[in-house]
Amino acid sequence: MKNRILIVDDEPNIVMSLEYAFKKQDFEVFIARDGSEALEILKHQVPNIVLLDIMMPNVDGYQTLQEIKKNKSLKDTKVVFLTAKNKASDVEKGLKLGADKYLTKPFSVKKLVSEILELLA
Amino acid sequence: MNSFTLIVIIIIYLAVLFYIAFLAEKKRQSKWVNNPYVYTLSLAVFCSAWTYYGSVGIAANSGINFLPIYLGPVIAAPLWIIVLRKIIRISKQHKISSIADFISLRYGNNRFLGALVTIICLFGTLPYISLQLKAVSETFEIMSDDTSYISTSIIDDSTFYVALLLAVFAAFFGTQNTDASEKHKGIVATVAFESVLKLVFFTIIGGYITFYLFDGTTDIYDKISNTENFKELTTLSGIEDGFNWFFMIALSFMSIFLLPRQFQVMVLENNREKHLKKAIWLFPLYLLLFNIFVIFIAWAGKLTFGSTQNAEYYSLLLPLEHGNSLLATLVFLGGFSAVISMVVVSTLALSTMVSNNLIIPYGFLDKFIKNQPERNSKYIKSIRRISIFTIIISAYFFYVSFSKELSLYSIGLISFVIIAQLAPSFFIGLFWNRGSSKAAIIGMIIGFLIAIYTLVLPFTLQAYTGTDYFTQHGLFGIAALKPNALLGIDFLSPPAHAFFWSISFNLMSYLVFSLVSKGNYRERNYAEMFVDSKSFTSLQENAFVWKGEAYVSDVKNVLVRFLGEERATRALKIFFTKHKLPLDTQLGDARLINFSEKLLTGSIGSASAKILIASVVKEEQISLVEVLKILEESKENIVNNKVLLEKSNELSQLSSKLKDANKELISKDKQKDEFLDTVAHELKTPITGIRAATELLMDEDDDMPQEMKAQFLKNILQDSERLGRLIHNILDFEKLETGRLNLDLEYLDIQKTIAKAIGSISQIAAKKGVKIVVNNVHSFKINYDEDRILQVLTNLLSNAIKFCQPQTGKIYIDYKLGNALVEISVTDNGKGIPEEDHAFVFDKFYQSKHQNTIKPQGSGLGLAITKQIVEKHQGKIWAKKGIKNGATFVFTIPFK
Repeated sequence: MKNRILIVDDEPNIVMSLEYAFKKQDFEVFIARDGSEALEILKHQVPNIVLLDIMMPNVDGYQTLQEIKKNKSLKDTKVVFLTAKNKASDVEKGLKLGADKYLTKPFSVKKLVSEILELLA
Repeated sequence: MNSFTLIVIIIIYLAVLFYIAFLAEKKRQSKWVNNPYVYTLSLAVFCSAWTYYGSVGIAANSGINFLPIYLGPVIAAPLWIIVLRKIIRISKQHKISSIADFISLRYGNNRFLGALVTIICLFGTLPYISLQLKAVSETFEIMSDDTSYISTSIIDDSTFYVALLLAVFAAFFGTQNTDASEKHKGIVATVAFESVLKLVFFTIIGGYITFYLFDGTTDIYDKISNTENFKELTTLSGIEDGFNWFFMIALSFMSIFLLPRQFQVMVLENNREKHLKKAIWLFPLYLLLFNIFVIFIAWAGKLTFGSTQNAEYYSLLLPLEHGNSLLATLVFLGGFSAVISMVVVSTLALSTMVSNNLIIPYGFLDKFIKNQPERNSKYIKSIRRISIFTIIISAYFFYVSFSKELSLYSIGLISFVIIAQLAPSFFIGLFWNRGSSKAAIIGMIIGFLIAIYTLVLPFTLQAYTGTDYFTQHGLFGIAALKPNALLGIDFLSPPAHAFFWSISFNLMSYLVFSLVSKGNYRERNYAEMFVDSKSFTSLQENAFVWKGEAYVSDVKNVLVRFLGEERATRALKIFFTKHKLPLDTQLGDARLINFSEKLLTGSIGSASAKILIASVVKEEQISLVEVLKILEESKENIVNNKVLLEKSNELSQLSSKLKDANKELISKDKQKDEFLDTVAHELKTPITGIRAATELLMDEDDDMPQEMKAQFLKNILQDSERLGRLIHNILDFEKLETGRLNLDLEYLDIQKTIAKAIGSISQIAAKKGVKIVVNNVHSFKINYDEDRILQVLTNLLSNAIKFCQPQTGKIYIDYKLGNALVEISVTDNGKGIPEEDHAFVFDKFYQSKHQNTIKPQGSGLGLAITKQIVEKHQGKIWAKKGIKNGATFVFTIPFK
């Protein structure tokens, strides 16, 4: 079965690159522009992985992660923060909330893809 | 009435009093016991049997001469608020337990002075107590049927038993505590109760006599004015009577302060200073009410009995004459109440004085030092109880031996004159710091001897020898030494005469000796405390001059003897804590000595306390010069302390300012952090886009479709532009904020500039379907930097477009010319600004400040830059409040 990924970010240019890169790895890609859109998608889909930005309008990344953690059907879904917030306290907070990985922007697409694949292996 | 019935009534009445006293002691904290009315009524202990019966007697025999005795206190009452308050404060501070303690403390805890005052008080009060016993005895005889019966021995004299009962009552409730400065709530409550009874019963009998037996005041007056001697009774006869009045008023003025029982209730039993405020008008009112019917009862009695009966008992005889024994019993009980309160309070006050100022300092101190605390406290109580019994029994014998021949009124005056001998050292000592103990002692002794010679000796000799030779011819037959006409002054009544001479010599001696002989350092010390009432609290703590060595453990040993281990330890702990001394301090200083003396004063009197403490410390004599120097130093210290205090206040103000500044710095730092954070985020986002796209394009293995390549390249361009704008904004903002931006002012038409701004943004607006309307088409020329104002306008416009709904969005630009400024407004019908955000919209990255993780739309610097530009033009910018739909931004550009 295809790996499924949900990319949650409000920057269309970034999303576009990510979408292209993961599709090339044969992922099924879902896209959400903010937390509320992501949660809406997660009602119907169970992706293997969620790439989550933190600073987004309306529902932010932290809140989205908390909602994901509440949902039992998503217990196998891995969540990776992908954000510009790179202070130690931010990283700590993200991991404390239960993220599987915390990656900071700017990033290398290749490296990101390989890390995600590693995480899913 | 059967005398047995009468005794039963008396015993029932006493039981009621015991019960009231018991209740009051039990509910010591209750409001019923602690209020200004109870306090004022307890002051009415002044109205003893002398008032109750004696006034009528004097009114009947010498007209309105009964009044001056009440005018003195009435005149004194307004002064209480100053004088009495000072006395109360000092007494509370020093745990004073009697007037003897008070005076001896003022003169440096002089032991002999305390004893002297006690003796004078004894001499002054014993006759007074015997007066009360006489009143009880005589009214008892009048009330009981067997008037012919005359007691032959103590055993069958009912007065003796009444006296004993009173002694039991006083002993029981007066010695509950070892510390005599503790309040006697039980006694005060019963005294207040009795004050009500005596006033009510006296008023009832006055009304009964005036309005029932006679036809009102006019009737009595009409009838009495027809009798002989009437004129003599109602008018003052010349200058002599004037003098008599003057001296009587002065005498009673002093007595209200000095009588031991008045000092007891007014000063020692006062638990709130503010009760004085009520007492100063309520007490004179009480006296007034008491005196309303006196003259009418006297006249009614005179009209009824002529001179066949003792006028002092008219109030009792009149109802009996008319067969109204119930009323007579009430009157009797009223009089009995007056007697009980006077006797109980007086003996209580005297017994404290006798034990604290005579017996303990002159005989028991050595014993006390060796004893255990429980035994000491038992001893002290026993001494007081024995004193109470001894005093009452002595008064009884005084009554048996002397007072049968004297009227109540003259006995009362003897007491007043003797007690008045305390006046100079008491009153002047409060306000004059030169007054010395030696002078006080000499003055008192001289005054006392003169009073004895002129007042007591004549009637004593007459009682013993049966002749009035001494009065008639004077000592050794010398006319100038006639007791009632010293040096030929023969126009005064004997009490006024005695008062005049004794107080004059007393006062003169006090003044002269005070000026001639200086008091020692200790006296000067206490004098300062008493006199300097403004700062006397601090003086009491600090100005005590003392030099020597005192080991805390020694002092503590003495304290333990009287207070017990627990209380002594606790007291010392409080002392050390208060003065911020370590709890294991070993050497005491003046403050400890002062504190310890104060602690003991309540139990054994100030003089004994001084002796006891002195016995365990090594005290060095200090010369007066040294004392003055130390006092000066302490004054200097006070001044220095004041300066220090001011400095410390300044410092703490500075430090709080520093704290504020620091807080501001921290918050600025935080702001700076946030700013950098947001800037970083804003920079990272396009860079991320650029990097990702570039990486994908560079992958040579990838056969990316052509249109995809074009899209990624377009993205890279967009992100680069975004990055450029952002950097431009940040630099702009930084320049504006640090004031390094210079305006390029030109005289231009604002209408044209607005048109330019709309033109530059019209494409975006058209794309979103938003309409932009300019309301004003007039041209205004003013000075401004066009590029910068264009920046402001496009920022406001693009914001407006951003928040408008597509297609329905509308933006209005308007401008108005004021006196000295142009006001330009941009209004949209978009989603508006939340009320709570109004204050922050112009802050850099304001979104990030309040909705931290929510992505700002735009750089978050636009409005901040706009504001800087407007302010650079000396203008103002704000968002209008209370707009229902959409938002309105307004800015001004002033001109000359």
